[in-house]
Amino acid sequence: MIATQVTQEGAALMVKAQDVQGRSLWVDAWRRLMKNRAAVVSMVVLAIIALMAIAAPLLSQYAYNHQDYDRISCAPNWWNDPGVCNAGGTHWFGTDNIGRDLFVRVLYGARVSLTVGLIATLVSLIIGVAYGATAGYIGGRLDALMMRFVDVLYSLPFIFFVIILMVVFDRNFYLLFIAIGAIEWLTMARIVRGQALSIKQKEFVEAARAGGVGPAGIILRHVVPNVLGPVVVYVTLTIPAVILSESFLSFLGLGIQEPLTSWGLLIAEGKDQMENYPWMLLFPTAFMAATLFCFNFIGDGLRDALDPKDR
Amino acid sequence: MASYTLRRILGAVPTLLVIITLAFFMMRLAPGGPFDSQRRLPAEIERNIEAAYDLDKPVYQQYFLYLGKLAHGDLGPSYKNKDFTVSELIAQGAPVSAKLGLSAMALALLLGIALGVTAALNQNSLSDHAVMSVAMFGITIPNFVTAPLLTLLFGVYGLRLFGVDISLPVAGWNGGALRNMILPVTVLALPQIAIIARLVRGSMIEVLHSNYVRTARAKGLPSHVIVTRHALRAALLPLVSYLGPAVAQLVTGSIIVEQIFGLPGIGRYFVLAALNRDYTLVLGVVIFYAAFIILLNLVADILYAVLDPRVSYRR
Repeated sequence: MIATQVTQEGAALMVKAQDVQGRSLWVDAWRRLMKNRAAVVSMVVLAIIALMAIAAPLLSQYAYNHQDYDRISCAPNWWNDPGVCNAGGTHWFGTDNIGRDLFVRVLYGARVSLTVGLIATLVSLIIGVAYGATAGYIGGRLDALMMRFVDVLYSLPFIFFVIILMVVFDRNFYLLFIAIGAIEWLTMARIVRGQALSIKQKEFVEAARAGGVGPAGIILRHVVPNVLGPVVVYVTLTIPAVILSESFLSFLGLGIQEPLTSWGLLIAEGKDQMENYPWMLLFPTAFMAATLFCFNFIGDGLRDALDPKDR
Repeated sequence: MASYTLRRILGAVPTLLVIITLAFFMMRLAPGGPFDSQRRLPAEIERNIEAAYDLDKPVYQQYFLYLGKLAHGDLGPSYKNKDFTVSELIAQGAPVSAKLGLSAMALALLLGIALGVTAALNQNSLSDHAVMSVAMFGITIPNFVTAPLLTLLFGVYGLRLFGVDISLPVAGWNGGALRNMILPVTVLALPQIAIIARLVRGSMIEVLHSNYVRTARAKGLPSHVIVTRHALRAALLPLVSYLGPAVAQLVTGSIIVEQIFGLPGIGRYFVLAALNRDYTLVLGVVIFYAAFIILLNLVADILYAVLDPRVSYRR
């Protein structure tokens, strides 16, 4: 009797609810994110840096590998009269020690660093989600085995393996993507597996199973969409970690090779010149630091927005 | 307890074996031999050299030979530093790296705990926000950025404070003199200070809200006794499990720091070896680092089990 009443009330509520515009988790999260000032500013700054990186060839008349032997180690000086250094066109950030325009090189560094960041993160995302969702959903002995494997890998100092790879295969650009991506998937797998474990107990998964959906279908259609929240947060925190790994390798001379460049490489070059030409260090440093800050703030903001229980 | 310890030690052995095997075979993937050069050597001489380094045998035999030597602590000869074995080079660099790492860890613990506790005791105050903002800086900015910036500030521009020259040497080891240690140790410790401060703040706040602290307050204990005797002990427990990752990060950081400040530690040898394709030296250092990190992880796990009565040893 009571049950019918409840159902009737529920039905009435549902009819009412049709008039109201529903708010999904994502709309809610988006609104909360928009209220987070640090995250919004970070998104704007990051968008500007990304757009500048994409439009790099249009923003400067100089090619990233063009050397101008008359204008070696020019200080940035666009606010004064165009002197010798800016005679052929403004060098916004000055030039480096072999006469290349630093502005365009910082932007090309951004291209490489951001590309590595995105692609390697994508690699880690695909491996981590597939691995974690499978282990978590299937569970049992397979789960224990798969997670034990992750535990073992966790204790390996992976950056050294990337270094070995770079030594053995002579600093291959594409290998760098894959190698860094392949070391970053472990935490992702753990997060997804933990979520999958709890999701597979939920009624809607049971309903899907009762409806005859196979394991692959359930993992793809039901488990994966529901782990997206934590995954998105972790992705925004993985990108800066990847950028750091790449810069670390490039800084040591084991990553990107000249004349291509990345922020790590620019910082390494700037470090050697900083006594007399500090701008060669300061500009790439500022861009990289700003980018890392932005990703961290966005990540923190997303975590607060997507995880209301902390509030 | 003993069986827990034993199980953890037995668990570490296969991990180490996996690392050695992976590293060994990855090195053997390299196209060309280590002694290929522009000038072709006569075939007999090449064969002699290869025989001297066991390179004439099939790979799996080389692997077991390497394992056998490794069991006696012999990491083989360095391919490029002809007069040294890998073990000798590591032994030369280890004291420098150890001194650097230990000082950085000590500094990080001291400052990190102090800052974290201060922030937690003044939650949401100005000092809390200040500490957390600085910590965000420390976590975000990598040490290959802080190192040149601090060098620029203290070494090149030679800051003067109240008329006193406080400039610091920016390179060299100088037998481990304090002045030479300040910059590298600071750079190495900065991210750890930040992480530890955040960790301690978080756990301290949690502990301060717990029931037994409220009980202690209720029975009228002075608040410094509550903080030092009761809260701090529990709040520092998560730090023990951070010890493992911290060591791994210090090792990675020391590679950069030794490179920038020109210190003769293991990390410097490692980078030089990687750039010179000195395969045996790279392999040896990777194994050494891995063993060290695994060992410290093991110590952290066991320490945690000893300190925290809630961890059960049986499974």
